[in-house]
Amino acid sequence: METAQDLIVCEHCDTVYRREVLTRGQVACCVKCGAVLERHQWIGLDGQFALILAALIVFVIANATPIVSLGLSGMSSATTLWGAVIAMWNDDSQVVSVLTVMTLFFFPLSQILIFGWVLWFARDGRRAPGFARAMVALHYVKPWSMIEVFMLGVLVAVVKASTYFDVIPGAGIWSFAVLTVLITIFASHDPRELWNVTRETPA
Amino acid sequence: MSALPRADELGIVGCHVCRQVSQASDDPHARCPRCGAGLHRRKRDSLARTWALLIAALLLYLPANIFPIMRTQSLFTRDDNTILSGVVELWRAGSPDLAIIVFTASIVVPVLKFLVMGYLLISVQRSSEWGARQRAKLFRLVEVVGYWSMLDVFVVALLSALVHFKVLSRVEPLPGVIFFGLVVVLTMLSAMSFDPRLIWDNRDSDD
Ligand SMILES: [Zn+2]
Repeated sequence: METAQDLIVCEHCDTVYRREVLTRGQVACCVKCGAVLERHQWIGLDGQFALILAALIVFVIANATPIVSLGLSGMSSATTLWGAVIAMWNDDSQVVSVLTVMTLFFFPLSQILIFGWVLWFARDGRRAPGFARAMVALHYVKPWSMIEVFMLGVLVAVVKASTYFDVIPGAGIWSFAVLTVLITIFASHDPRELWNVTRETPA
Repeated sequence: MSALPRADELGIVGCHVCRQVSQASDDPHARCPRCGAGLHRRKRDSLARTWALLIAALLLYLPANIFPIMRTQSLFTRDDNTILSGVVELWRAGSPDLAIIVFTASIVVPVLKFLVMGYLLISVQRSSEWGARQRAKLFRLVEVVGYWSMLDVFVVALLSALVHFKVLSRVEPLPGVIFFGLVVVLTMLSAMSFDPRLIWDNRDSDD
């Protein structure tokens, strides 16, 4: 008799498969609809925790430092992410202001903190307090984190501005670039794998 | 290939949050035994919700494109840009590569989302047998590229914050950008409400 742990259901077409052990670089795909079932998780839990810690530090720098500054005949003007948020709020675009805060600050930060929290415990094979709730939250937050789109937006804004102004990149732009790289690395890692590598700790 | 079993036929259900496989039940309030998220054989009212959000997005898409999204003011000029004119300007400013990227994110992606989601909804409602695999691929494409449309919203936010040189030069957001931001959110919600498993339901063949 198979246990539920051995089975995996394709999220896109409902086809049932027996779980296979994947080796480095392997990706299991649904033969019926072609969706990815599972990927080999090539970074260990310690590695993932280290990357999350790095992401947290870079995230703080990205939020606190100017992204770019513009120069125009001796004057200069710089902005941080929060400068953009405040500008939109003051210019009658509160909806955009809220969207920006949520997708570039609140959701990414929650993602980093929650994932860091569960990883800290998962390194010893344990489930963090509130593990189930944390995993559900991670699932719902994930699609709303848009750092990489913002990174591209910064590049477009820089090119647009450079026709009229001198553009000087700040520490913020590099931090967002590093975050984009970290997000890309994590893209091949499914946090739901943590369910399989942790056990309930006896209370 | 029709030997491949589907969870629904086996009376089991995969949790959409944690992937745990458990016994399916008729209880609408059934919860996943592992993570506690609601368990549904198929997403609830998937078609109605997806349609409603898609139509709402389509209605806002008109003002998002008609109204300018950004005003550029300098001593003697005032220039209001719509999404499309922003792309043209980028092209003329000598960055055709970026212009193509912005055109893709701001115009191609939203239009693609409307067409694909509309097509998926209609084909599922007609229990279409045709090209299920292709339709499944189209859905995944929409899911992956959807949020890149937020690009222009971020560009306007950044430029409004940066270009603040009193009377000399000033950039301000205009209402179009609000509509556009809402369109992106609504189309994302619409795609999330759609249950791709419906593409494979009510079919006899497996091609
Ligand atoms: Zn599948």
